[in-house]
Amino acid sequence: MSERAGESAPERSGGGGMSDFGRLVRAEWTKFRTVRGWVLGIVAAAVVTVLLGLYVASNSLSSCSLGTVEVECPTPPVGPGGEAVRDKFYFVHQPLAGDGAVTVRVTSMTGLITYPPPNHNEIVPGLVEWAKAGVIAKDGTAEGSRYVALMVTAKHGVRMQHDFIHDTAGKPGAVSADAPRWLRLTRAGDTLTGEESTDGASWTRVGTATLAGTVEIGLFVTSPSDLTVDGGVGGGTAQARLAKATATFDNVGLTGTAPGGDWLRDDIGAKPNLDGAPHHPGSVEEAGGVMTLSGNGDMAPLTGEAGPAVPLVLIGLVIGLIVVIVVAALNVSTELRRGLIGVTLLASPRRGRVLAAKAVVLGTVTFVAGAAAAALVIPLAWDVLRDNGFRHPGLPLPTIARVAVEAGLLVAGTALLTLGLGALLRRGLAAVGIAVAVVVLPYLAVIIGGLPTAASEWLLRLTPAAAFAIQQVTPEYAHVVANYTPGSGYYPLPAWGGLAVLAGYAALALGLAAARLRRSDA
Amino acid sequence: MESTIEVSDLHKRYGRTVALDGVSFTVRPGHVTGFVGPNGAGKSTTMRVVLGLAAPNAGTALVGGVPYRTLRRPLTHVGALLDAGALQPSRSARNHLLWLAHSQGFAARRVDEVLEQAGLGEVRRRKAGGFSLGMRQRLGIAAALLGDPPVLMLDEPFNGLDPEGIVWMRGLLGTLAAEGRAVLVSSHLMSELQHIAAHVVIVGRGRVLADTTVSELLAATPGGSAGSLEDAYFALTRDAVEFRGEVAR
Repeated sequence: MSERAGESAPERSGGGGMSDFGRLVRAEWTKFRTVRGWVLGIVAAAVVTVLLGLYVASNSLSSCSLGTVEVECPTPPVGPGGEAVRDKFYFVHQPLAGDGAVTVRVTSMTGLITYPPPNHNEIVPGLVEWAKAGVIAKDGTAEGSRYVALMVTAKHGVRMQHDFIHDTAGKPGAVSADAPRWLRLTRAGDTLTGEESTDGASWTRVGTATLAGTVEIGLFVTSPSDLTVDGGVGGGTAQARLAKATATFDNVGLTGTAPGGDWLRDDIGAKPNLDGAPHHPGSVEEAGGVMTLSGNGDMAPLTGEAGPAVPLVLIGLVIGLIVVIVVAALNVSTELRRGLIGVTLLASPRRGRVLAAKAVVLGTVTFVAGAAAAALVIPLAWDVLRDNGFRHPGLPLPTIARVAVEAGLLVAGTALLTLGLGALLRRGLAAVGIAVAVVVLPYLAVIIGGLPTAASEWLLRLTPAAAFAIQQVTPEYAHVVANYTPGSGYYPLPAWGGLAVLAGYAALALGLAAARLRRSDA
Repeated sequence: MESTIEVSDLHKRYGRTVALDGVSFTVRPGHVTGFVGPNGAGKSTTMRVVLGLAAPNAGTALVGGVPYRTLRRPLTHVGALLDAGALQPSRSARNHLLWLAHSQGFAARRVDEVLEQAGLGEVRRRKAGGFSLGMRQRLGIAAALLGDPPVLMLDEPFNGLDPEGIVWMRGLLGTLAAEGRAVLVSSHLMSELQHIAAHVVIVGRGRVLADTTVSELLAATPGGSAGSLEDAYFALTRDAVEFRGEVAR
């Protein structure tokens, strides 16, 4: 003890210039780290998240068969943007080294759909909405290589598409003998221009794209499967049936290629049967300058059902979050109920700041735990899935980093919501119950509860569980029909939107808690 | 900063119960001021109001001339012991003081100093949840001394102390006052403060019944002995006790 009271305050520690709030945050950090149960709880939350993801991955098997023979599942090709793609179509083409053009008139487009609803008992004529026929320039014949295509579609008029994910609309309307459509794809330098016409005389530009080097230029036909999505109870199930498109081309003109060059024919992406013949082959018939092509497949990014999705490997978050909720609730409720808050407020009489410092510490700790767990489990579980037969190109590193950071924000936001509830209600158990009910239960209801899709989507818009949208890594594409439901990893809000909903609830709870703390006697 | 506690005309109600009904007094530095009254007289409420933990319905409470809530590093101005049980049971004694030290920007060395001073050096690593009430009181004293404050407010610090602890506490309080600090010590037993308090503020039913030096109180009491200090206290607080009896019924 110093000789005279009041004159020699105890020396400050190292960070003498630390702000009031900085000291408060440091004190709250010391408080947090010196209760072993809380530290172990947060570590356990991260560990359980990783282990559960690995467990689920190790129990997921993928097998593929050809006829009755089991074969190694094929690895989907990867598009220029690194995404998994479907690249299957019938292609009639010639090489083009420099400038040139391909012009065609499409006079008919028909198709077959195998065993569609309601009775699933016959093959019927018809086209799926995104059946495609047209002209294309492609960087070779390898699956996943770059391309620029101009096409007529069954239900979406003329489109110019390139590199799987880009789609530009031309004029609407389907083709028939009475309403044929002219398509022209011209290359000048590295720029390809797509134009359409109804009479071959007056042309309208649809769009442009670039493709350098020698390309294969020619005609193509393909058709995605016929997909029906049941959005009813059960959470959205999708059924796909083989569909085939056939298109008739005449007035085929080709410039810039070798004079008198032969048409090359390729069934791009067709997999061989056991006898070596292609499975569901495409075809071309040529007679008197009229070419009739048939094909099935698609040129499009793979969607949800393509491989193990992020929600599968992050399933451990459900349990990890509950552990974090318990720790966050105890963190605040023990202090309030034991009167320790009085000691805290003696050291820092400005009450709003005390809550803010607690939020900073708890938010940071839980963010780090959540981000680390996600960053670990995604690549690790992916490896396990690969060993179990899943063939998927995996996620690019920036995407894993993005999901990990956002998973950290999901965990931190949940912890802060719980902190706010605990400080507001002053009852740990009630805070745990409410937080679990509004964050974890809606998500569980969505993935296993068998809700109608519309109900799932509203839950994921209105409740804090909206933040689970961080798990969506592939966007919905307007030009690809797929099972875009929460159960398949597609959420009604974007990741930042879902996190904003959670942050809003957390801010509301913390704001009300701060108001109560300020108003009432400690 | 002037080492005083000034309380003027404090009123505080909890619902329909009047806890403080115009409490005024001043605690000056250099001696121990006893804050005496039966349980429920308003001692703890007064202290909580002074420390900014409870808001008065009327009146002011200043420490060193300013409201507690305006202090930037409050523990360097006022050390307080209110509720020895206000602890996270699984945190060690040392860590309990460490977070308090960090909140004020003190070095960890200061924590070890006050632990020694409070006689808790041997048990610094033990969980506070396992402490006896007496050890918790010592830990509370250590927390109050952490900022080497010129003003100390201790609510029932003798509770749960063993005889050795009571002797230690008396010695400590005397030393702190002799160092020039203002020391306010509450108790519901006048005898605990015998020989150490130079001044007493006696409260009952939320009012100050006496605010005087011990010698004046004794002079006003027939007999004037130390034993009758207790009598004087009982005489002053009888009404308050009867009042409490009515409430209890």
